[in-house]
Amino acid sequence: MKKLLIWLPLALFLLVFALVVNGLIEPSDRIVRSAMVGKPLPALHLPPMLADRPGIDTKTWPKGKPRLLNVFASWCIPCVAEAPQLMKLKAAGVQIDAIAVRDTNPDVLAFLARNGDPYARIGDDRAMRAQLSLGSSGVPETFVIDSRGVIVDQHVGDIREEDVPKLLAALEKAK
Amino acid sequence: MIAEAGLAALWLATAFAIAQLLLGAAAARAGDPGAMLPGVRKIALVQALFALAAFLILIWLFVTSDMSVLLVAENSHSQKPMLYKVAGAWGNHEGSMLLWVTVLAVAGAGVALFERRLVAETLAATLAAQGAIAIGFYAFLAFASNPFARLNPAPADGQGLNPLLQDPGLAFHPPTLYLGYVGLSVAFSFAVAALLMRDVGPAFAKAMRPWVLAAWIFLTIGITAGSYWAYYELGWGGWWFWDPVENASLMPWLAATALLHSVNVLATRDGLRAWTLMLAVVAFSMSMVGTFLVRSGILVSVHAFAVDPTRGSFLLALLGLYIGGALALFGARVGTVTQGATFQLVSREAALVLNNLLLSVILGIVLIGTLYPLVAQAMGVQLSIGAPFFEKTAVPIALFLIAGTAAGPLLRWRRDSAQALLGRLTIPVAITGVAFALFFAMSGFTSPIAVLALALALGLAAASIAPLWKRTLRRTPLPIYGMVVAHLGIAVSLAGMAADTLFKQERLAAVAIGDNLTVGPFKVTLAEVRPTIGPNWSAMEARLQVQRGTGQPFELLPQQRFFANPPTNTSEAAIATLWDGQVYTVLGTADASGRWQLRLWWKPFATLIWAGGGLIALGGLLSLLGRVLRARRDARAQEEWA
Repeated sequence: MKKLLIWLPLALFLLVFALVVNGLIEPSDRIVRSAMVGKPLPALHLPPMLADRPGIDTKTWPKGKPRLLNVFASWCIPCVAEAPQLMKLKAAGVQIDAIAVRDTNPDVLAFLARNGDPYARIGDDRAMRAQLSLGSSGVPETFVIDSRGVIVDQHVGDIREEDVPKLLAALEKAK
Repeated sequence: MIAEAGLAALWLATAFAIAQLLLGAAAARAGDPGAMLPGVRKIALVQALFALAAFLILIWLFVTSDMSVLLVAENSHSQKPMLYKVAGAWGNHEGSMLLWVTVLAVAGAGVALFERRLVAETLAATLAAQGAIAIGFYAFLAFASNPFARLNPAPADGQGLNPLLQDPGLAFHPPTLYLGYVGLSVAFSFAVAALLMRDVGPAFAKAMRPWVLAAWIFLTIGITAGSYWAYYELGWGGWWFWDPVENASLMPWLAATALLHSVNVLATRDGLRAWTLMLAVVAFSMSMVGTFLVRSGILVSVHAFAVDPTRGSFLLALLGLYIGGALALFGARVGTVTQGATFQLVSREAALVLNNLLLSVILGIVLIGTLYPLVAQAMGVQLSIGAPFFEKTAVPIALFLIAGTAAGPLLRWRRDSAQALLGRLTIPVAITGVAFALFFAMSGFTSPIAVLALALALGLAAASIAPLWKRTLRRTPLPIYGMVVAHLGIAVSLAGMAADTLFKQERLAAVAIGDNLTVGPFKVTLAEVRPTIGPNWSAMEARLQVQRGTGQPFELLPQQRFFANPPTNTSEAAIATLWDGQVYTVLGTADASGRWQLRLWWKPFATLIWAGGGLIALGGLLSLLGRVLRARRDARAQEEWA
């Protein structure tokens, strides 16, 4: 027994060593995935950002067809970069809703005028509460919401050209 | 040319480290080690001088802004104030590793110069081990992170130092912390030598004790200063974040604290032999693990300067070699270390064993919490572990430990009675009980743990002074005073932490010029926001008028700074330290309607957290002074005898 105990520190160290080697060989990706994927939309009650369309409210969330929920901000450069891809998705018949994070009405209007307007609804998330409750760690992020109002996928960062088919496939699966 | 001289100094230091290993090993095995020992001592000294020369040359390159050196170009800027040019030398990966090995070499030289009590064989083996550690880290510098690499063509100017690091704290925090971290290498080398030479006993423990104490003092100061630095520089109002790097500095401290107590048992009572050796190995191993975690970039942290898999693998190989080697040696040899003196269940020794066990458990928790993200990753899960985990696990055990800290010094060596102990603890227990009831009611029966901590802190304060009871104060040995002051420091620090948790008040608001806010007993008025400039930054500065009740108003000037090189914003908190706490203010950005974000805290007695840290270090210093003076007196007495 005592013999074993003496070698225990070395054994523990070797275990940790193996773990660390594994950690070095496969560096963790630095993207923070939301824990909300696979769960129903959290309770959101965001007032409309623009006068001409509604905000985001979980209670009145339109079910029956999968939708995208895009977290964006007018001050965010990658959001400008992904705007053409969102327009393409809209042209393919996808319904896109948005949460504008820490933003103001005139800024959002100017942003949409410059980069195109793919959104059916835009919620005003001035305090970033909704963003946090979705488990989103930054802008832009896009959530795929299935026909029952469950979050089925999360795209972190701007949507590139090559991401469009992936998102379309995810939407198809979410029907 | 100068950079090449630095590199040459580094190579020469390496050569001397190799010589130190070989000659030290030869001396340890020779029939008459005393004959070869002076040579090994000199080699250790020369090695340290070359390492120091390399380090000074690097500082010189930063001071003269030699942009043809890659490291300077990447991390410095000619417009930077002089203090940050100097300190900038270690505000980056390569420079901080050079500081690391320099401290290692200097610690070795310290042993070579001053250690007179250790048996010649063991001392020779200690120096050999110290040389062996140095070789690995010199190789790391030479092959994986050369601080003297050139950049051709040289840029017109450098990229500047991370503004978060442009603070006087950078000048003091890393060097003190490293003196502590790497100073523990001496204990490690002592333990390795003791295992190799089969020389473990009170004499060995007495020789090792001051070295452990010295490293522990620096580590305590480094952690305390680092905590205060993070507190005012990051502007989050917190003093400990359980960041992997903070944990990396806490783990060696926990191990060294345990070692400090167990080495006393070994020195005084010849007990806990194997355990003390184990702790000596673990303490420096934790320093190396900490260095690895920070320098490899395997865990994400504000302290990680660069992420580089080659460096990570190199450091990991060194870690495997040194820690694995020492633990294997421990396994192979410790069986031959005979069991020391035994003791009763209620005794000073038993209390110290309890102290060691609890410290080890906390160490284990911190280690698991720090490494768990790697474990999870191995199983394909991404997660991070934060304060709630540590607060739920480590804090309750730490409170147990605090209770033990109160009782331990009031116990006699070898054998005591539980009844007598309870008698001696009457006053502290009464204080804790009354304080708990009082504060629990005051806090509205919330957060029992924080209230318990505060009550225990008061009890410990009383108990820590108790060992002086009925002693002739003038003839009480310094180490006893050291213990009293250090334990009192723990009580003071704990009281500050608990008070901060229980009573702090926070306000976050957007205010226009002229508006009022109240936080705690203070009324804060935003008088104006004005632009201001510094040596290499410009800032928006808020003038806040702060008044408590009808007292004398005072001003606080928090800033939102903008650094041009590299372009970064930082917020400079403005803090007023009053006798009963701190007012902590942070200026945020302005919104479209011209209102400024203000974040205000009233933190009653928060200052005690760091004052306690200072007391703990002071206690260590008193103890060290006592041990060193005593050793001198003994040596002189011996000479007179001979």
